[in-house]
Amino acid sequence: MIEGILIGLTTALTFQNIFMVMIGCFFGTIIGMLPGLGPMTAIALMIPITYGFDPATGLILMAGVYYGAVFGGSTSSILLNAPGVPGTVATSFDGYPMAQQGKAGKALAIAAWSSFAGGTLSAIYLLFMAPSLSKVSLSFRSPDYFALMILGLTAIAAFSSKGQFLKAMMMVVLGLMLASVGQDSLSDITRFTFDNMNLTDGISFVLVVMATFAMSEALTIILKRNDPTAAAKQVSLTELGSIKINKEERGKMYKTIPRSSIIGFLIGVLPGAGATIASFLAYGMERNLVKDDEKEKFGKGSVNGLSAPETANNAACSGSFVPMLTLGIPGSGTTAVMLGALLGFGIQPGPRLYMTNPEIFWSVIMSMYIGMVILLILNLPLIPYIARILAVPKNYLIPLILFFSITGIYVMSFNNFDIYLMIGIALVATFLRLYDFPMPPLILAFVLGGLMEENLRRSLLLSNGSWEFLWDRTLTVCILLTTISIVLWHIYKTLTKKTNQ
Amino acid sequence: MNINTTKIISLLFFIFSAFYLYTAYQIQVFAFDENAPFNARTFPIYLGYTGLFFSGLKLILPDPDTIKVEHKTLEYKKTGILILIAIIYGATILKVGYFLTTSLFLFASYYFLGERRWILMFLLSFPFVAVFMYLLHGVLDIYLRDPFLKSIGVMG
Repeated sequence: MIEGILIGLTTALTFQNIFMVMIGCFFGTIIGMLPGLGPMTAIALMIPITYGFDPATGLILMAGVYYGAVFGGSTSSILLNAPGVPGTVATSFDGYPMAQQGKAGKALAIAAWSSFAGGTLSAIYLLFMAPSLSKVSLSFRSPDYFALMILGLTAIAAFSSKGQFLKAMMMVVLGLMLASVGQDSLSDITRFTFDNMNLTDGISFVLVVMATFAMSEALTIILKRNDPTAAAKQVSLTELGSIKINKEERGKMYKTIPRSSIIGFLIGVLPGAGATIASFLAYGMERNLVKDDEKEKFGKGSVNGLSAPETANNAACSGSFVPMLTLGIPGSGTTAVMLGALLGFGIQPGPRLYMTNPEIFWSVIMSMYIGMVILLILNLPLIPYIARILAVPKNYLIPLILFFSITGIYVMSFNNFDIYLMIGIALVATFLRLYDFPMPPLILAFVLGGLMEENLRRSLLLSNGSWEFLWDRTLTVCILLTTISIVLWHIYKTLTKKTNQ
Repeated sequence: MNINTTKIISLLFFIFSAFYLYTAYQIQVFAFDENAPFNARTFPIYLGYTGLFFSGLKLILPDPDTIKVEHKTLEYKKTGILILIAIIYGATILKVGYFLTTSLFLFASYYFLGERRWILMFLLSFPFVAVFMYLLHGVLDIYLRDPFLKSIGVMG
């Protein structure tokens, strides 16, 4: 492992990669601060640029954007009570009241230090857990992978659906259907191309991400007459107050951070759960663990109440890398986008990644830590100024998002069919968003579609076409039973909700 | 059964899944693969049935959280114009080239979204695209075909 850490440090500490982390953190912070535009959009816009670099640098850039976006989301939660990303909603519970009391600078500092500590601790957990899990996952066989992918898709549908599980499952199926367009990987037979040569290679992953996130979010903002930059104009540079944290406050944070980082990391590892659930759970847990007088302060500007979700959401970000790096199965929509980008580089994440491409595996882990340091020393003093940049009017912001989306697709294919296809998919996605059909399950399914078919093919061929492989191994059975429980539970909830009403 | 837009979307998805399933059965596989445990049409067929299952369930089961969208408050005009500009952009980019179409796309988008600060609009379109193009073409070495710039002798 020491050797791996050194490989990672050597790769991550090159001038180019440090510069990429800085760019990623900065860009991610700006996008993350804009309500409605989350890390997936930020990463999607970055993908075409990453293809100009080697895979390690590309992934480092995307990881920087991811952390920056989560950090940016916290800032808008604290200053504006307008969470930029869902994972920072819990931050606003105590961060915004603190800012209203004239302690915005302090709230930002507590959030930044908690994020830093949460990210650092979880990078250490990842450092130890990822190689061990990689070794364990080497014993996984095709049926287990197939079952695990079904579990991952079901879990993300369950967690991201806000009670609309069936809608999320429909999005999963739609994502898998889109992934099936083009040549079959084994026989080269074309499917669902309708004799259109442009579809022979299938639909590009970047196109689907750009269309369903960047472009459709831009269209939704116009359609709903939202102005994500309006709130940022209220930020006053002079009213932030001191960023110093006193001894008593530090003492509270010392207790909160370790326990919140553990819960955040573990939740992040679970497929589909992610930063939002981690931050809410950490907030709830902290409220139960503190003394009664501190409990009274929750919701009114509690240090523990701010520190807990901030630590947990950053820890969950690192945790969500575990299933992607070790199993090749992303645990969240954001890591699904990263997985898709890695596949575009010709790299297959999975248990063998840290043996075949140790520089990628370790440099990503190392860059997480570097990203945290950069966020702390670069972003904290610059936050008020970054918030000012956000005062760019919507009339400029939206065309620029559309410009980056369309250019991103054009430079990859030099083909106007892809532009039309992207507009078409973005229109459908915008319409579906209006009716609360979630997009992350579609992306995860699109990324996993090919792998899922491949593992089903191997399993069926090995069992001579029999579906016995589903209950031949205990591990497969356990994974499938978990999946079935999730599906049945959500259908039961839908039925009982109606009865209660 | 209470018919709402979500149910209509589910019905459309049901029909789409049925069409997908029909097309999946039409996939031509090699003769020796016809009775194989797994061929090019196996996975799509299962997908088609899964789509029918979930959209069917959504149609049948009650919908406790009905989403109501106030269509009157939605900005259809500007959204439609932006989409139209994007389509025109797609139609002209190969013939005219990246620089001019992209700059005009940005300029037109700013204009139709209500912007009237002409100098800023110009700066954030033509020079902005020129700098971006230099980054792509000159720094990242991504070739951009541009008949317009070629015709005036700027690009080789």
